[in-house]
Amino acid sequence: MKTLLVDHMHETAVVALFCIGFTTLLLNKNLIKKIIGFSMMDNAIYLFLASYGYIRGRLAPIYQGGETDPALYVNPLPAGLVLTGIVVSVSVSAIMLALTVRLYRHYHTLNIDEIAEIVREEGR
Amino acid sequence: MLWQNIPILLIVLPLGLSSLIALLRPRAAKLAVLGVISLCTAAALYLLIRVNALGEAFTVKMGEVGAPFGNELYVSHTEALLCLAFDAIMLLSLLAGMRRADEEIPEDRKSLFFTVCSLLLAALNAITLTNDIFSGYVFLEIATIAAAALIFVRRGEGALFASMRYMLMNLLGSGLFLLGLSMMYSLTGELLFPQMLRRSKAILADGRYMGALSACLILLSLGLAVKSALYPFHTWLPNAYSLSTPAASSLLSSLVSKAYIFLFIKIMLRGAGLEAFSESGAANVILVYAVLAIVIGSVDAIQQHNIRRMVSYSSVAQIGYIFMAAALGTKEGCAAAVFQILAHSFAKAMLFPAVDRLVEVSGGEENFRDLRGSGYRAPLAGAAFAIGAFSITGIPLLGGFSAKVFISEAAWAAGGLRMYLALAALAVSTVLNVIYFLRTMITVYRRGERFELKPAGNRPFSFTLGVGFFALVNLYLGMGAGNVMDIILRGINIWN
Repeated sequence: MKTLLVDHMHETAVVALFCIGFTTLLLNKNLIKKIIGFSMMDNAIYLFLASYGYIRGRLAPIYQGGETDPALYVNPLPAGLVLTGIVVSVSVSAIMLALTVRLYRHYHTLNIDEIAEIVREEGR
Repeated sequence: MLWQNIPILLIVLPLGLSSLIALLRPRAAKLAVLGVISLCTAAALYLLIRVNALGEAFTVKMGEVGAPFGNELYVSHTEALLCLAFDAIMLLSLLAGMRRADEEIPEDRKSLFFTVCSLLLAALNAITLTNDIFSGYVFLEIATIAAAALIFVRRGEGALFASMRYMLMNLLGSGLFLLGLSMMYSLTGELLFPQMLRRSKAILADGRYMGALSACLILLSLGLAVKSALYPFHTWLPNAYSLSTPAASSLLSSLVSKAYIFLFIKIMLRGAGLEAFSESGAANVILVYAVLAIVIGSVDAIQQHNIRRMVSYSSVAQIGYIFMAAALGTKEGCAAAVFQILAHSFAKAMLFPAVDRLVEVSGGEENFRDLRGSGYRAPLAGAAFAIGAFSITGIPLLGGFSAKVFISEAAWAAGGLRMYLALAALAVSTVLNVIYFLRTMITVYRRGERFELKPAGNRPFSFTLGVGFFALVNLYLGMGAGNVMDIILRGINIWN
């Protein structure tokens, strides 16, 4: 238990956050909360990548003169992946929020089950 | 060489032009997007011819930056063929569904529709050609957003809700995929497929981190299975396909989910290796879901009273076939899966516009009892429906039959329990397919009282052109199946 919490602190946090986000996205009825769950899930993964990309004692991969030995710097790739990933999830969140606004204006509710009910009745 | 830059063109051209198309007026946007897609189709055809002549695969390093920092594209026969098929299907579906799209999409959103088509084309080509799992993820998300926009571009709030459901399910899939990808990266330290394959082979030989590798592969497979609507993650599919405009339904069912499946095949074959895929249990997970999809998707299709929903549900079963063939865990199985991707894409992309035309000449009613005699009122649509339905059912001389033969051969060669499962699923579902498609065929060609049996006029020329070409390709996939399979196998055999 101690190793799980102390030595693998990041991974534990990542798994917990991912599971919370995933279940919220899957099971919560409220559209806004679903989007929050989605953000949490994605951010958990970025935390995972970022924590693996950082090695204690190494320098940020920006050359400012001085050290030229590549072994002294961390790998810039994980940070690059996180940045790209953030851009992707921001655009997905934006489109989801826009859809939610449109749905709310028409159905006056954020509950996905209630919307489904109204859509089914309108379809008849 | 100059022609080896075509893969870059296939991605950059539609991606760059999509933002420009958004600024154009609808008519100009339509012409621009049809031009871009035609150009890409021609370029993909030329690429296929040149790769075939070259006889080996090649990689394109984007910006001449090597691994591990650079992006790479990888082209073999299979990728070139799939690019050609995707681009051609997009062109023909847009042609066949153009008039309906004109009617159903509000004037101020038309440019958006064409923008999204162009964006989708770039994403599909990129997913097919990429040699790098993270670029695959990024373009996966672009395709998802474009697909959601294709659904909600149509008038009415029902489409908006269908789009929301689509996005929610897809985001779950993306989350799983991204987690699998990140774990795979932390495990192997590589993002490019060839290097990743080397590391995962070493992990398999060493055996110490096999549990972690299994978890990665299962997450990646499940993520892509959710995104491409494998049973039981298909709940969004019927609404999304039946509530969007026919051109969009064709694009969604034939292109978006198929590109995801191709990425799945590529990751398993080129990123992880088939041994790791079979050993890890990911193959078994997918096989079980696929067999369930085949049987339950067909049963669901039988229960439908609405023709568009029936065609949508039959997609669930057909996607099951593709996953089942890939989950056999052999190269032949993967080749059969790619062939089934082609056969089903061309058949389904033809069915949606044909069904829409049949519904149109029946006064807009989508229930079976109102469709009686519609085959006489819309002869071309009736014939196209017959060809598509026969192909999916697996009548000889058509693509679906050849696909089923290839899948059975691959299953036979794979042997063991997987063979029995796959052959049983094929046999059961063929019977079920016959039930629902034959019933519909009889309805379409049965004389009803409500309408006269004369052909209705006002068939747009673009519909004739699109559906006619689709029918020809379906026939070719059946009669020239050997040639097509030869190209696919040539590509898959040189995959590293």
